[in-house]
Amino acid sequence: MSVKKFIVGCFDDEKVLFPAIKNVRRSGYKIHDVYTPFPVHGLDHAIGIRETSLHTAGFIFGITGTATALGCMGWIFTSDWPLNIGGKPHFPLPAFIPITFETTVLFASVGMVMTFCYLCQMMPGVKKHHFHPRATDDLFVVVIECTEKSNETEIAAFLQNNGAVEVNVQEAETGWWFGSYGKQQKLYRHEEVGY
Amino acid sequence: MSLLKYESQLREPLVDGDKDYHQVTEDICRPIEAKPGKLWYIGFTIAVCLLIFGIYSVYREVTYGTGEWNLNKTVGWGWDITNFVWWIGIGHAGTLISAILLLFRQGWRTGVNRAAEAMTIFAVICAGQFPIFHMGRVWMFFFVLPYPNSRGPVWPNFASPLMWDVFAVSTYFTVSLLFWYTGLLPDLATLRDRARTKFRKAFYGLTSFGWSGSTKHWQRHESLALVLAGISTPLVLSVHTIVSFDFATSVVPGWHTTIFPPYFVAGAIFSGFAMVQSLLIITRKVLNLEDYITVGHIEAMNKVIVLTGSIVGCAYLTELFVAWYGQNQYEWWAFRQNRVNLFSPYGWAYYGMMFCNVVSPQLFWSRKLRRNITFTFFMSVLINVGMWFERFVIIVTSIYRDYLPSAWSTYYSPTIWEIGFYLGTFGLFFTCYFLFAKFFPVIAVAEIKAILKTSGENYKAKMTETEKMDADKFYIEEVEHAH
Repeated sequence: MSVKKFIVGCFDDEKVLFPAIKNVRRSGYKIHDVYTPFPVHGLDHAIGIRETSLHTAGFIFGITGTATALGCMGWIFTSDWPLNIGGKPHFPLPAFIPITFETTVLFASVGMVMTFCYLCQMMPGVKKHHFHPRATDDLFVVVIECTEKSNETEIAAFLQNNGAVEVNVQEAETGWWFGSYGKQQKLYRHEEVGY
Repeated sequence: MSLLKYESQLREPLVDGDKDYHQVTEDICRPIEAKPGKLWYIGFTIAVCLLIFGIYSVYREVTYGTGEWNLNKTVGWGWDITNFVWWIGIGHAGTLISAILLLFRQGWRTGVNRAAEAMTIFAVICAGQFPIFHMGRVWMFFFVLPYPNSRGPVWPNFASPLMWDVFAVSTYFTVSLLFWYTGLLPDLATLRDRARTKFRKAFYGLTSFGWSGSTKHWQRHESLALVLAGISTPLVLSVHTIVSFDFATSVVPGWHTTIFPPYFVAGAIFSGFAMVQSLLIITRKVLNLEDYITVGHIEAMNKVIVLTGSIVGCAYLTELFVAWYGQNQYEWWAFRQNRVNLFSPYGWAYYGMMFCNVVSPQLFWSRKLRRNITFTFFMSVLINVGMWFERFVIIVTSIYRDYLPSAWSTYYSPTIWEIGFYLGTFGLFFTCYFLFAKFFPVIAVAEIKAILKTSGENYKAKMTETEKMDADKFYIEEVEHAH
């Protein structure tokens, strides 16, 4: 977690956004992130982030569920307390399929959602710096990270030339912290939150 | 106008009116931010009254035992299990809309999925009450849960369909809830960022988990939705299949049928869509969302209804045919004497079911009727009544007269407390739905925005120019940047 300086450019049309992002990357500026009100297809490739492997996590959770269900039921019915139910086999695989399937789905979905929340740092009570309140409404907000060498006015002008409807410079915390959206809080101003 | 996806002009727009992204946010969030109208208060009060009556009915059942219900020697599953199957069937539409229609890339699901999923969750909560309280000694509920206990340990029988039900229903509830809530996060963030009052900021800040709309988060969100849809699809089909196993694996005439799983699933989708219609026709009117839940949406759902209604009708007739063709005298008796015979004690239920589920939905083959909102509303109620009859017929007519005439029960009819319990779940359902419609967006805001430029009426109108464009020019100007 650290405080950095960002140039924020807001776009109101995807048609303008895509060429602008291409130009930003071509000029070598570092895109911190792009905040959009809805999933814009192709944007992840345009800003050059890799594919998510969340589905792999889902698969691992799923087979964990399968193994847990079969393992538990098998252990219970054959070893821990082998009940004779109408003379039927102690390990009736076909009759175990429904529960095995349900547990697989349960583990996969609960695990994936928790992984999703962990990776995106999301939880009730988590607060992050938001660069523009309309990023969840109708603006596509491109955030460029400044380094010591960057020229703020140059980047701002560059974004404006590429069709940004609003450009500003913000100093912000990059991480997350516990806080309420009902209060004005900024993590880097220590005295306000008491960190 | 960017064209990341092209949709033919021949397709009906999914969003009517002249909209841009901000207008979409405004339209959907305004009812949440405004004070609720008179209708909302009236509806909410009625729902809470029903809920209180239901709680009192359940209180009596818990205090005095299941003797408060008119269950008798052979009819051990009366109204309660009928209602359980009915509610769980209704709870199938939401996840079907959000999962199966997502995999099929049906654009129209965006207008209705949020409310349908909420309905699913509330319906499953209502459904769950019945088997739990039917246990009689409800405080022993935890006995069905498999955990290492000090009673032996005594484990539940994992090979029993009733145990599968516990897993199926609880998994279905959990997964539907997660699916619904992850979809809600971006929209709650929209509400948070629009909030004016301190309370709303804090409330939606807490419930939106700090969602920011970052590209990486959207990428993960999309992936999550897709995988959840993929695993929810067999889940939806499995839940009602397992519910049907409660009957099909028994040897009771009328229940012992291999057709039950597909027949139950089709029936569940049928009744679920009917309930979505009833709710959304009212919701779109009260919250002024006619531009988002258009007649086109209603027609699309009516098409699903006529399809699944026909499957259900086909299943009824197949079942009847097999009962005759199978030449098992008990099976044939259950059908010929207990169901098809109009003058048998429950003949009225069988013919009510046939009329509501098989005959009347066929009217939806007419385009004019499919697009008639009043008619659709009337039909949706009729179908839900019919589907209740179906479950009642399956349960009661199979068990009130079985093998030995000496064991035939007297006419089973519910007591006021059985009816009260049922009404109480209506109260619970509508109380939840009213609160949902007040505090949460009933339409998926972000998803509507994602389809707006391909399916919005005003954008479609502009597409005429694009269609005249030279193909190379079109590719360079509109498509290339997307890749």
